[in-house]
This record gives sequence, C-alpha cells and structure tokens, in this order.
Amino acid sequence: MRPFSYTRARTLDDAAQLTHDDTALAIAGGTNLLDLMKLQVETPETLADINRIGFGGIEDTDDGGLSIGALASNTETAVHPRVRSDYPVLARAILAGATQQLRNKATTGGNLCQRTRCFYFTNIDQPCNKREPGSGCGAIDGIAKLHAVLGTSDQCIATYPGDMAVALSALDAQVEIAKPGGDTRTVPVRDFHCLPGDTPWRENVLEEGELITAVALPAPVGGTQIYRKVRERSSYAFALVSVAAVVEIEHGKFTRADLAFGGLAHKPWHDPRIGEALIGKVPSEDLFDKAADILLEDARGFGENDFKIPLARRTLHAVLQNATEAAA
Amino acid sequence: MTVHFKQDKPDDSNRLDGMKQGVLGKSIPRVEGMAKVTGTAPYSAEYPMTDCAEGVLVTSTITRGNVVSIDKDSVLSMPGVLAVIDDPAMTTRAAQGTADEAPQQEPGTICYWGQPIALVVAETFEQARDAAKHLPIKYREDPGAPLDPQAVEAEEQEDETVRQGDLDHAMATAAHSVDVTYTTKGHASAAMEPHASIAQWDGDKLTVYASLQMLNYNISELADALGMEEKNVRLVSRFVGGGFGSKLGVSEDVVAAAIASKEVGRPVRIVMSRQQVFQCVMRRSETTQRLRLAADQSGKLIGFGHHALVSNLPGETFAEPVLQSSHFLYGGENRDLMLEVARIHRMTAGSVRAPGEAVGMPALEGAMDVLAEKAGIDPVELRLKNIPEEDPEEGLPFSSHKLAECLRLGAEAFGWDSGPRSPRHTCEGEWWVGTGMASAARVHNIAEAKARVTLKADGSALVETDMTDIGTGTYTILAQLAGEMLGLDPAQVLVELGDTKHPRGPGSGGSWGAASIGSAVYIACKAIREELGQRLGVGETELELKDGEAASGESLVSLLDGNDLSREGHYEPGDIKDDFTASGFGAFFAQVRVNRFTGETRVDRMLGAFGFGRVLNHKTARSQCLGGITWSIGVALTEALEFDPHEGHLVNCDLAEYHVPVHRDVPDLEVVLVEERDPAASPIQAKGIGELGMCGGAAAIANAIYNASGARIFDYPMTPDRILAAMPD
Ligand SMILES: Cc1cc2nc3c(=O)[nH]c(=O)nc-3n(C[C@H](O)[C@H](O)[C@H](O)COP(=O)(O)OP(=O)(O)OC[C@H]3O[C@@H](n4cnc5c(N)ncnc54)[C@H](O)[C@@H]3O)c2cc1C
Ligand code: SF4
Repeated sequence: MRPFSYTRARTLDDAAQLTHDDTALAIAGGTNLLDLMKLQVETPETLADINRIGFGGIEDTDDGGLSIGALASNTETAVHPRVRSDYPVLARAILAGATQQLRNKATTGGNLCQRTRCFYFTNIDQPCNKREPGSGCGAIDGIAKLHAVLGTSDQCIATYPGDMAVALSALDAQVEIAKPGGDTRTVPVRDFHCLPGDTPWRENVLEEGELITAVALPAPVGGTQIYRKVRERSSYAFALVSVAAVVEIEHGKFTRADLAFGGLAHKPWHDPRIGEALIGKVPSEDLFDKAADILLEDARGFGENDFKIPLARRTLHAVLQNATEAAA
Repeated sequence: MTVHFKQDKPDDSNRLDGMKQGVLGKSIPRVEGMAKVTGTAPYSAEYPMTDCAEGVLVTSTITRGNVVSIDKDSVLSMPGVLAVIDDPAMTTRAAQGTADEAPQQEPGTICYWGQPIALVVAETFEQARDAAKHLPIKYREDPGAPLDPQAVEAEEQEDETVRQGDLDHAMATAAHSVDVTYTTKGHASAAMEPHASIAQWDGDKLTVYASLQMLNYNISELADALGMEEKNVRLVSRFVGGGFGSKLGVSEDVVAAAIASKEVGRPVRIVMSRQQVFQCVMRRSETTQRLRLAADQSGKLIGFGHHALVSNLPGETFAEPVLQSSHFLYGGENRDLMLEVARIHRMTAGSVRAPGEAVGMPALEGAMDVLAEKAGIDPVELRLKNIPEEDPEEGLPFSSHKLAECLRLGAEAFGWDSGPRSPRHTCEGEWWVGTGMASAARVHNIAEAKARVTLKADGSALVETDMTDIGTGTYTILAQLAGEMLGLDPAQVLVELGDTKHPRGPGSGGSWGAASIGSAVYIACKAIREELGQRLGVGETELELKDGEAASGESLVSLLDGNDLSREGHYEPGDIKDDFTASGFGAFFAQVRVNRFTGETRVDRMLGAFGFGRVLNHKTARSQCLGGITWSIGVALTEALEFDPHEGHLVNCDLAEYHVPVHRDVPDLEVVLVEERDPAASPIQAKGIGELGMCGGAAAIANAIYNASGARIFDYPMTPDRILAAMPD
C-alpha cells in the first residue's frame, strides 16, 4: 500500500471536486478498493470517502419505479421489501454474491465499479494491459478459467465479475451520474460497462470526477424472475456463468424475455436479439437452443474457459425451463 | 528424574482401562477453547513487544536465476525504513517436516517464482510493505526452467518400488481388470493463521515466537541456519491457528526475523501476507496415478498396480508418498508399485495434511469402484473380500485391523443399499442423486517424545513439553491422560506446551502427536504412581487413585507432604515397528446430487467410520474426523492450485480463489468411532486420527457422482466443467 491522503467528502460537490483528478479515487465500502490498494494494483494518492454525502436511500420514484442510492449497502437493497416483492431477481443476484459481511459494507456504486478478478490483473509482477497499458496480457495464454468468451479483444479477456449488475441489466435499470459542477446524466446499465477493445483499462463510461448517485429501476415489470449462478462451491465464489431472467409466458407463449448473462464478458451481457427470438414463441428445447445459438454465435474460448460455452447454453436451458414450469 | 521406555513388544495390559478417575476418552471441550475464541490466547504475531520493528519479505519475480544487485539505498531513504536485508543465511524455502537442519539458504539464488530474496524492515508494516514493493532488484535470469511435471524425465524413488509376481500377466488373464489413470491437483494447507514470527535477542540468546508445529525439530533448523548452538535459542509456539503440515518446518519468516532483529537491534515481527503463505511455504504436489487392478471371477484381487508421478524442486528430499497405504490395504499377489518425482521449478512441495493417502486413496478407491462395477459386486463387499490377512508385501501381521468393522458399521449407520447399482437411478427435479463409498487408511506414525509431569504439593498437576497444540486438542487430552493416571479432575492439571524450555515432544505432524506425547506423559505418570505406591506400600499396579485420593483414603496432598513430585517420561518407539504393519482404517459413505444442467455437485450427507486405537477424547477425535471429511469434500470438488504455465507461479493464492469448502458445502456429517486397543501402536494403545478422516473420502464423493449422474471422472477436483465433459447426454 502506498501512502495516501484521506479526505471525507461532505457533499456531492466536495466529492466531485476531490475525485476530479486522475490520482484520486472515491471510496465507498472499500471492499474492493482496499484489497487492490494493499496489492498496489490501485495506487491513489487521495482517497475521497463518499460515505457521508447522502445518496444512501432507497426511494419510490414518480413513475412507480424504485431509486437505489449509490451508497445503499447491498444488504439494505437485498432485504428492501419493494426489492423483494417487485424486483426479486435483483435481491437474488445480490444474495448470490460474496458473503454477508461483504454485502453489509458493499454499496451499489462500488458494486457496479468493482474490478475484474483476473489473476494477472491482481499481481503487479505480471503483465496486464488493463493495469499497465501495453505490458501484455498474462491471461490469454495463462490461467484463464474465469475469463470471458464473449466480446473479448486481443488486449484483454477479463470478465466483469459481479452479480448485481447482471440483474440490473435484465431489469433495464438506469445509472444516474453526477458530473463535477452539478450536471447529471443517465446511462442505461446495459451501456454502463465497456468492452475491452483497445482500451481495457476503461471498464465503464464514468469520466473523471463523475460519481454514481443512484440506480433507477423501472416500474415493476412482473413476470417470473430468476437469478441462476453457477459456481464450484455453493457460496463465496464468483460466477462461472450466471443468468438473470425476467420472463413472462401468456397463453403458452413468451410475452417477455429479458435476459442478461454474467461471467461471460467484460460486462453483463445483454443481447436484445435473444428476447426478440423468444417472444411470441412456444417454449421448447429447440427454441431454447436457438436462443443459445444467438447468445453464443461469436463465443470464443481460450482453452481453460472453453467449458463456459456449453455451460452457458445449458444454464440458459435450465433458466428457460424453470420459467416455463413456473408459468404453467 | 527421567524414566525411559522403549517399546519392543505389544502391550495388551491396557493399564489405562484399569484407572479409576474415568475421564480419559470423555468428550471434554478444548481447555484453551475459551481463550482462543475470546482473543486472549496470543498467536505468534500477537505477543506484546515494545519497540518492535516490522519486516516484509521481498519475493522473486523470476523463476530461476540469480540476484545481481539490490538497490537498497533507494528504499532506505523512504519514510520509516530501517534496513534491507539479504543475508546469505536467510532461508528460501520452508524446511520439510522433521528435517532437523536448515532448509535451502542463500536467497540470491532463485529456484522458483515468489521465492523470498530479501527483507525490508521498517517502523510500520505499511512502510515496510511499500518499500518492499519498491525495492529495485536486478536479476540474471536462467530461462527455460522446467515447469510441467509431464515434460521432464522423472526420478524413480527406488525404496518405494515393489515388483512381486507378474502383474502384466495377471492383468491379461484376470476375469476382471481395471487400468485407469487418475490425476489430482495441488493443494494448499490454507491455515487461518498466516505464518508469522517475532524475534528478540538478549545478548547472544535468541527467542522467536513463531507459528510452528514441531518445535523439537524447528529449534535445530533455526540454530543450524544461524550457525548457533541450540542452547542459545528458544522457540515459543503456544497457540497455532492451524498448520495442516505447512508449519512442520521453519518457514522463511522465522530465520529472517532472527537475522533482522540482530541487525536492527530491536525485536522484529514478520507476518507473511496471505499471498506469500500460498506462494512460498508448501504445496501438496499434483499427482498422476495409474491404477491397475486384476481380479478373479469372485472379485478377489490377484494383481495390484499403482504408479504415481509427483513433483518437487530440485534438491528437495520430499516426494508426496502417494503409495503409502497402497502397499498393504488390499491383497493381490502380483504387485507393481512405483513412485516417481519430476524436478520442476514450482514452489516447494511438502507435507499437507495426510501426505500420501490424501491423494493416493482417492485414486485407489475410485479404481476400486470401477472394479466393483465391472465385477458386478457391491463396493462394500468388494473391499471386504480383499482385506488381506497380513501385509501383502512385507508378510507382517497387522497390529490391529478395523477395516471390516468400519465397513460394516458404516454401511449400517449410513443405510447403504447393497442391491444392484446403476447410475442415474434417482432424479429429484434437476438433480441426479446417488451414493458412493470408499475405504480409509492412513499409516500409523509414532515418534520419540519427552514430557515432564509434576504432581504439585497442593495436589494439582503440571505437564510440560514443547509439543504443540495446533488446534487439535493436545492441551485437553494430556490433561485427561494425566488426570486419569493420577486420579485428578482434568481441571486440576495444567498443561504447558509450545516452548522449547520444556522437554522435547514429538511435534504435531503425521497424526503422531497424541500417541507419542501421550505415551511420554503416561510413562512419567506411571513413574509418579510408582513413587506414590512405595510411599503407601502398595505396588503401582494395585494403586487406585481417584479425585485426589488413594483408595486407602490418603490424599495426594498428605502423601506429598509439602513437596512436588516430578518425573520426566521419555518414550521411544523401539523395535516393535519392525514387527507389525500398523495403520488406522475406516470407511466413508456419501450421498451427493449432481445438477443435470450445470454439473454442479453438492454433498447431501456423508458418514465416516474410523478405527484408530484408543479414543482419548470423543469430542476432539470426532472434530478431527469432521475436519478431515470436510477436506475430503474440498479434494473431491473444489480445491486446486493453479500454476502459471510460463513462469510457474501459483495464481490462485488467496482464500477467495483457492476454494476450500464453505459452510454451505458441508452438510450433515456423521462420525462413527470404532473403539479398539492397538497393543503394538503405542504404550497407550492409541494411533492417530488427525489425518485418517481425509484419506479416501474424496473417492466416496467421486463414486457417488458416478452413481448419481453417470459421469465417471478420473480427475480431481470434479468441478462442473469436468463433470459436464464426462456426463452422458
Ligand atoms: C472475497 C470477495 C468475494 C466477492 N464475491 C462477489 C460475488 O460473488 N459477486 C459479486 O457481485 N461481488 C463479489 N464481491 C465484490 C463485492 O461485491 C464488491 O467488492 C463490492 O460490491 C464493492 O463495493 P464497495 O462499496 O465496497 O466498493 P469500493 O471498494 O469502495 O469501491 C470500488 C470501486 O468503485 C468506485 N466507486 C465506489 N462508489 C462509487 C460511486 N458512487 N461512483 C463512482 N465510483 C464509485 C471506487 O472508486 C472503486 O474504484 C466479492 C468481493 C470479495 C472481496
Ligand atoms: S485478461 Fe485483461 S485483466 Fe487479465 S491480464 Fe489480460 S489484460 Fe489484464
């Protein structure tokens, strides 16, 4: 850990000022950032503690949706009565992640911005284009069991590791962002994270000094909501593959099919063509296969993680079958 | 006064059973438990020290080569930095268990990625860590170090080789034969407490508080590394937060702290980071194992073959003893066993809980399941059929043998269905459900040990030895044992462990602790009883002591007449070990479910039945079994060290990414303790239980995976990717 200065921001403005500098970082729960600082993967000179700037509430919105403050803890969100009743996929996704202790500290904003778990990213003595642009990628021909099969580049094959954002993507939630100076903007969760391309160090669309203030959920969408996380051990492990699904079947046909996938790419993966292919159709194994074909059309493994391709197909089958059974 | 006893012949007098206190074997909770869970038991890094400086190890970022130069000055100017040390006496690997001499030194010569090469000492831990990360080091790299055990010419461990009869012929002519190759990945001990030490000098006398398992060997390892006499060295290790083999020998922090403390003239503390513990202490070697089983029509083995390939660094004597129990577990007159070591430049391979059987038994017992299926015999029946009358290689009698009883009692308690077995018989929702079983075996080890027992004038007792309690219950069982012999409530017995100022114990390792140190305490207590008997005018064997009184009504306090009575017991194994084959035995039964979509596997329930001699405390023994079974789940399903193919470093080097089972992975576990007295194992008729609980359990799970899903897998751990690849459509 390098020496750093610590400042407690009092207001959003404060925080934006403090983090408007490439040597400064905001700290919320610290469950990701502090680990990375100890490993010297992150070396901020200034830490702006944003825990006292407000934005911790979970509130109803005018359009009947729900706004989850950037500083609401993952536990608060997962147990919130409206989240449990109207957005169960979100509650389940959060509860599938990390541990109770971590979720008590982890925040909405920090969870969205959590960094990849690539072994070469977290070891500063290894090459990694994300951590040190141009140094190479240790994972591509190294140990890459956890790595991406969709949307990779020859620069980086890391995954976005989180669960919560996968559910938020299926729900088509919006990220509310405050810019320095008081302006705000809104970005769909589906567009919030970036693919690695030639800029693997850039994981999301936040610009310097921008902070997440909240995530807005749309008015309740109903349907059958499923979060399915496949992992080696039954808790305290990141997803090999995960699927968040908001599905509705009426008169024997899909009328809604919002699906997002974790563990496959540098971002929660959402492909609108999958929903389009399902809607209006009668659930069947063949149909599920077609959906999986669309999802995995451009999938590419790197040896160790080849299994994720059939696993994603099978998990999608399981989820669509569960949804079909639930509707019956 | 020291009383020396060397066991040369079996002892079936079972003296302990004739004692009157009635506390041995009882489920007494761990005496140090409260101190541990309330934070008042000091672990090695927690001893209060004034003016303690902090050291952080600097580790190599190349695989093989030399340090050309270290630019110490560039960090000496950093805030708080006191010294940068690269003394040639620093050790670069942990000592192997029972090494008794310094491990590899000269940190400038690099043999693996992550090897300690220097130490930065600073006022605070954070300053030392930052400086350690900044230290500029110039290397001369020696590229091309072999990293893949399959890609090098392996060395045969000749003393492991057995060739009897003609296995090839037996295989060719057998009614049923199995020829399969299993692999296992490396394992980490992953003890909660990281390796840590504080060193302090007083003139030329050195004290090191360190997290270690075997002080009796560690003291010579440390003294040898520093070129000191043992009498000037003291090691303290009173509470150890788990070792599992990783603390058998002195780790790199111990010697470095001593050197640094001398140099800066202050106490120095080194606490290894979790990553360093993973990357530079000990790994269990990965293995590749070919099993050949040839059986006649009835399923009786006529041939038995087990070849194993393991790896280690050049120069290391340790080779994961995969074949250990294979030598005697089952019969078969045509035998072919061989162990080979590949010399590669991954970190040191050494003892991790149950070295040998922890990986050998899962392979052997997996192959036995394949044979049972081929021969159409119930797997329990197949094992029962193949229990040999005597050691099939040495021709020696077994000191005791509880395998058959464990198989029968275990099967009954589990509700084992001995009817026909075929995979995929039960599907509950998305889950295939099935059962499997395996035998357990772990060789009996025993070692020389000394302990001093003092009956205090006030009628309480004190037991002193440098034996350690690594969380297994040593404090408790010794209090019970001394209490039983001396007629005292165990609460009246103070046990002092983990300090080399006391008589040399055996150390905790190889499951030998309880039987070895227990025997020394027994011998000392017996000598005290003799003296008391004399004072009372009765023979030792007639003496009855209970609740601080002799049967005649005389109290210990009056017998002692204001003086302490002290005896040192010195136990030596003796020739008896050449006359018998001695082992703990047992059986595992598991029910698992395998998800038909994802291949995820969860254990529903598991049972182990074990026979390991006298049970000294049912609770601590059962806990050891539970821990062992839990690790079996890890071996079967999740635990795997992953090494970078280019540089050989361990990549999943923390508890988030090296997957030990979590609570949710560990279902109801049941333990059946099969009591026995092993007259040849030790003077107290006890063997060890620290490791037996994980010797084969993974195979019960693997065999259940097959029975549930039809996926016959030959690679541990059986992660979803492997299960999916093997699962029939
Ligand atoms: C062992 C372990 C296991 C885990 N397992 C899982 C798992 O299974 N699934 C899962 O989803 N997660 C898992 N996590 C990750 C965990 O969810 C994240 O660490 C947590 O959500 C981060 O939140 P935080 O508030 O602590 O973020 P911090 O550590 O405080 O911050 C993380 C990053 O977000 C930035 N940041 C924080 N708040 C804002 C904001 N409002 N605006 C802009 N930037 C911001 C920080 O600058 C920093 O870069 C695990 C973590 C650990 C340590
Ligand atoms: S996959 Fe990405 S994060 Fe991992 S080493 Fe390569 S560049 Fe770095």
